[in-house]
Amino acid sequence: MSDKRATEDEVVTELESGMTIGVGGWGSRRKPMSLVRAIARSDLTDLTIASYGGPDVGLLCAMGKVRRVHFSFVSLDSIPLEPHFRAAREAGAVEVTEYDEGLFYLSLQAAAWRVPFLPTRAGLGSDLFRTHPGLRTVRSPYDDGEDLVAAPALELDAAIVHLNRGDDRGNAQYLGIDPFFDDLFLGAARKRFVSVERVIPPADLLDEGPVQTLRVHRYLTDAIVEAPHGAHFTSCAPDYRRDESFQAEYAASAKSSEAWDAFRTKYVDLPSHADYLAQVGVRER
Amino acid sequence: MSSEATRAEVCVVACAEAFRGDGEIVANPIGVLPLLAGQVARASFEPDLVLKDDEALLVANEVPIGVADAPKVVEGWIPYRSMLEVAWSGRRHVMMGATQIDRYGNQNIAAIGPLGAPKVQLLGFRGAPGNTVNHATSYFVGTHSPRVFVEHVDVVTGIGYDRAEALGEAGRFHRIPRVVTNLGVFDFETPQRTMRLQSVHPGVTVDEIAAATGFELDVPDDVGDTRLPTAEELRLIREVLDPGGLRDREVQA
Repeated sequence: MSDKRATEDEVVTELESGMTIGVGGWGSRRKPMSLVRAIARSDLTDLTIASYGGPDVGLLCAMGKVRRVHFSFVSLDSIPLEPHFRAAREAGAVEVTEYDEGLFYLSLQAAAWRVPFLPTRAGLGSDLFRTHPGLRTVRSPYDDGEDLVAAPALELDAAIVHLNRGDDRGNAQYLGIDPFFDDLFLGAARKRFVSVERVIPPADLLDEGPVQTLRVHRYLTDAIVEAPHGAHFTSCAPDYRRDESFQAEYAASAKSSEAWDAFRTKYVDLPSHADYLAQVGVRER
Repeated sequence: MSSEATRAEVCVVACAEAFRGDGEIVANPIGVLPLLAGQVARASFEPDLVLKDDEALLVANEVPIGVADAPKVVEGWIPYRSMLEVAWSGRRHVMMGATQIDRYGNQNIAAIGPLGAPKVQLLGFRGAPGNTVNHATSYFVGTHSPRVFVEHVDVVTGIGYDRAEALGEAGRFHRIPRVVTNLGVFDFETPQRTMRLQSVHPGVTVDEIAAATGFELDVPDDVGDTRLPTAEELRLIREVLDPGGLRDREVQA
């Protein structure tokens, strides 16, 4: 049985500029922030990011890593508009491909199932057809002949997600209220990376939660990173809530280039996740 | 307790009325007033309504908003993936906000300015295209102004009656039961399916609403007043659902 444990920096060596990278979580919830920061401080560039977007999108935009974003929203939840993403958009610095939330789900599902599209009504009549280049409809081959949106498969070069627990083989477990779409991001990706709060022996996984929480299976995982507080400052229920005061500091750093430089120097340009936790003042277990 | 209802309380009940007749479907109100409204509707006149909280739970009891760790009687689990599937099934009525809305009920929450070069980047399309083409979608707008009620929205996220009509059969599940604002209640019960003033909130005039609307509103001769909350609805709002008065921060008279 192979040991898939790796560090954030080892994951980054598997990535290349120009890749399309999917990021799990939802808004400012259970984002793989230690991996996002590792990408942010790397020399990767020209990335396409696909995400139910939160500070993962904003931080990478602020760092100039992003060419295009596939998204249906980018939000910090308690702060509705992600200020760094907003700044990048309003400066014309990033391109976008826009989705309905359900269309995005189906595009990931189509890639995971290796079919070119999945049909849906979501998007019919809306301006998605103006903001999602190449979006097409498909006519039902059955008697109804109805025209539906063909949600195109969103194939990912890589995916990064963060869960609560995992083992060294790459199985991973969510203990919060919502699995989000993490297993689909992994299923849609060629290279699959999972970070978890704690790596524990496989025999201990069911002590943490019922069998339904074992959502990510090792055949969906190429490497697993142990990252305590790896989702900080986003929430990672039930291990910790969102760090609202830190999030407010992050949001305020979009106000000027001086504010951003100060934030970046203090919290992003650090050698490792351990240094970040020390800087933030979060104690490791 | 004052028996005089505040504007916010009138709005809560006007939003609750959007869910009247819905029966056993998922009401998915988004925002403080709509969240209160869904609970008022179920407790008052729509007892079979299934209510989603602001995360992934279907909750059977009345839960105060803005109160940490308020006890919940959980009757179901509905993570985002399931919620989207419910939307496609049609068994859902969502109440959303709108940064812009036009006379046909086309909604914009994505961006202000030219397409592809936004002057203001807003949230994005969220679930609006899928919601509006699949099931009932109502809107609550806390600040009724000509900047919100516009002749043409910059981006169509949620589709209005003209767009649904153009879809033919594919638009058959589209429905906008009502739009509630801080000034009045609106529907689309006109031959052209354009926005009609249904009632004005107490203390508001028709002229005031027309002046705050950036397109020509259909105004019938017999516009009535929005109904006042009942004593029981007021008690529920003030004592049970929103003891901290969050509603009054959303809407001022």
